[in-house]
Amino acid sequence: MKGNGMLGEAEYYHDKVVMRLVQFSMLWAVLAMAVGLWLAAEFVWPTLDFGQFWLSFGRIRPVHTNGIIFGFGVSALMGTAFYSVQRTSHVPLFMPKLAWFCCYAWQVVVLLGGLSLLAGWTSTKEYAELEWPFDIAITVVWVAFAIVFFGTIATRRIRPIYISNWFYGALIIVIAMLHIVNNLEVPVTIDKSYSLYAGAQDAIVEWWYGHNAVGFLLTGGFLGMLYYFLPKHAGQPIWSYRLSVVSFWAFTYSYIWAGPHHLHYSAIPEWVQSLAMVMSLVLLAPSWATMVNGIMTVSKAWPKLKSDPALKFIVLSLAFYGLATFEGPMLAIRSVNAVSHFTDWTIGHVHSGALGWNAMVTYGTFYYLVPRLVGRELYSTRLANIHFVLALAGTLLYILAMWAAGISQGLLWLSVNTLGELSFSFREVMSSMKPYYALRLFAGAIFWSGTLMMTYNLWRTIKGANVLKVLIPPVPARWRINKSVAQPVGVEAQA
Amino acid sequence: MSILGLHKKLEENTGLLIFGILLVSSIGGLVQVLPSLFEKSLETPGVNVRVYTPVELTGRDIYIREGCHVCHTQQVRPLLAEVARYGPASQAAEFVYDRPFLWGSKRTGPDLQRIGGKYTNVWHELHILDPRSVVPESIMPSYPWLATQMASDTGNIEAKLRVLQRLGHPYSEDDVKGAVASLQGLREIDALIAYLQMLGTGYDAAATQAGGH
Repeated sequence: MKGNGMLGEAEYYHDKVVMRLVQFSMLWAVLAMAVGLWLAAEFVWPTLDFGQFWLSFGRIRPVHTNGIIFGFGVSALMGTAFYSVQRTSHVPLFMPKLAWFCCYAWQVVVLLGGLSLLAGWTSTKEYAELEWPFDIAITVVWVAFAIVFFGTIATRRIRPIYISNWFYGALIIVIAMLHIVNNLEVPVTIDKSYSLYAGAQDAIVEWWYGHNAVGFLLTGGFLGMLYYFLPKHAGQPIWSYRLSVVSFWAFTYSYIWAGPHHLHYSAIPEWVQSLAMVMSLVLLAPSWATMVNGIMTVSKAWPKLKSDPALKFIVLSLAFYGLATFEGPMLAIRSVNAVSHFTDWTIGHVHSGALGWNAMVTYGTFYYLVPRLVGRELYSTRLANIHFVLALAGTLLYILAMWAAGISQGLLWLSVNTLGELSFSFREVMSSMKPYYALRLFAGAIFWSGTLMMTYNLWRTIKGANVLKVLIPPVPARWRINKSVAQPVGVEAQA
Repeated sequence: MSILGLHKKLEENTGLLIFGILLVSSIGGLVQVLPSLFEKSLETPGVNVRVYTPVELTGRDIYIREGCHVCHTQQVRPLLAEVARYGPASQAAEFVYDRPFLWGSKRTGPDLQRIGGKYTNVWHELHILDPRSVVPESIMPSYPWLATQMASDTGNIEAKLRVLQRLGHPYSEDDVKGAVASLQGLREIDALIAYLQMLGTGYDAAATQAGGH
C-alpha cells in the first residue's frame, strides 16, 4: 500500500460488486413484498393457500420476514457498505474476490433458506428461524463480510474512520455476537435441532437477539447508510459530527438492554422486564439525536427537495425513523404493552419502521447511487416522483389500518364488565378485524406497485450500460495516514 | 489521557474500534441476560411438569413445522381479562422442557397454553382439517395433509430423545427404545392433538398462591 497518497499507478474502486448487490436487493424486495401481499390476502381470504402446505400461512410468514431482512436488507447494506467504505478509506476493497463470494454466497443462503422454510425446517425463533445448516453458512459469509470490510478500513489511506463505518462496523460485530449465541443448538437431523436453552431462558436469549437484530441491522446498519449517503446527497457535512459520535456510543450501549420488553408480563424475572422498559425509554435520546442531526443536515439543502426524488425519500425516511423510534419506547412501557402486545399494533409498528424507514432510506439511496454507478441520468424522474407518493400513501394506510386493528383488539380483549366477566368473545373481536385486514392488503399493494415501478426505472437506467471505473482520488496532505503529517484539524470536511 | 484524546485514538484505530464496539455492546447482555441463564427458578420443573412423551414431542414438532406459533401464543399474562379468558397465568416452571420456547408474539388466533382438555379430540380433528366447519368466522388455514402423513415418518424420534437426554431431560433407556413403537399407526394429526391436549397440564396452583410466577 502506498501510504503517502502519491499515486504511482491508477487505482479504481470495485463498484461492480456493489451494483450486483443492489440488483439482488431489489429482486428480494419485489419477491419478499409479494409474499407479504399474499399473507395479507390470506387474512382476507383464508383459503388462498389452496390446501397446499407450502402456501400455508405459518410457513410463508417467515419467508416474508427473512426475505425482507436478509434478502432485501442485508444485500442493500452489504452493497452500500462496500461502496462507502472504499470512498471513506480512499482504497479499493480489501480482498475483492472475497467480496464477490459474500455477494453470491449470501444470495444462495437466502434462496435455499427460504425454500427450507417452505419445507417446514424452522427453529421458530423470530428472525432466526433458519435451521442449523443455514446458521453455519450465515456465520461463514458474515466472517467474510467482516474481513472485507475491516480489511478495507485497516488499509485505508486517510487518518480518521468516518462515522458511517462505525455503524456498519457495529452491524457486523454485534449481529455476529447475537447470531452465534442465540443459535446455539444441538442438531438432531439435517432439518431439525433443539435449542441449547429451554423455556424462559430460551425466551430471554431469543429476545435479546430479536430486538437487537432490529437494533443493529435494521436501525444501526441503515444509519450507516444514512450517514454516508445523506451528506453526500445533500452536499452538506453532517450538521454535528460530535453529536453523531455521542449518539453512536449511546445507541450501541443502550439498545442491547431493551430486548426483554418483548416479554412484559411473562414468566421471566420482573427486574429483567423493568430494566428493559427503562432502557427502552433511554434509547429515545440517541435515536432522536440522530434524527435531529439528519434533519439539520438536510436543512441547508432544502431547495433540492423540490426537484430530487431521491432526497425526498431519504428525508421522509428520517420522519418515519423518528416516528418508529418514538413509538417503540412507548410500546415498551408495561401499561401500554398490556394493550398492544400480541395485537396487530406490533405489526403496524414494525412496518412503520420497515416500510417508512428501511425501505425508504434504501430507495432514496438506490435512486442516488444507481445512476452514478453507470454514469447516466435516472431513466425517469417522473416515475420516481410517482413512486414517492405511492410509497408514502402505502405506508400511511398500512400503519393506520394496523393501529386501528391493534388498539381495538387490545382494548376489546381486556374489556370486562362490572362483574369481572369478559365483554367480548375472541371470535367477536377477530371477526371485527375484517375491514382493517382488507385495508392493509390494499395499502401493501400500493406500496408494492411503487417498488415495481422503481425496479423498472432502475432497470431502464442501467440497461446496456457498464459500471463506471472510478479512479481513486489522492488524499489531501493533511488527512494522510502517514505519521509525519500533521493531525487533522477536524473531520467535518470529510463528509 | 482525556476522554477526547482517547476517542481520537479510537477514531483512528481499526482494532480499537472493533474492541470498543464489542465491549460496549456486550455489557447489557452480561448484566441482564447472562444471570438469567444461571437462575435456578427458571430451569426447575414444577411439581406437575413432566417431559413430553414421544407422541407429544412429535406433535409439538409438527406444531413447530406448520408454524402454529406464528398465530397462536402460549403465554397467559397475569391480567384480569386474560386469566378470565384463558386460565391461570403462565409459570416459568411449566416451560423447562420446551426447546425452543413457543410463547409467540402474535395472537391472530387465541392463546393455546391452557387449551388442553377444553375440547374433545374429535373437535380438534374437525377444526384442524376444516376450521370453518366448527368456527364459521375462523381465518385459520386447514391442514389436510396431517390426516394422511404418518407420525412415525416425522423426523427421527429416537435421535430426538437422545439429544434431549443429553440436554438433561429425564428420559429413561426404555423411553428411548420404545419411542418408535409408540408412534406406530398414528397419523400426524393424532400426535398434534395429543400435544394440544397436554398443554397447560403442568400448572401448579400452590406455586402461584405462594407468590411465585
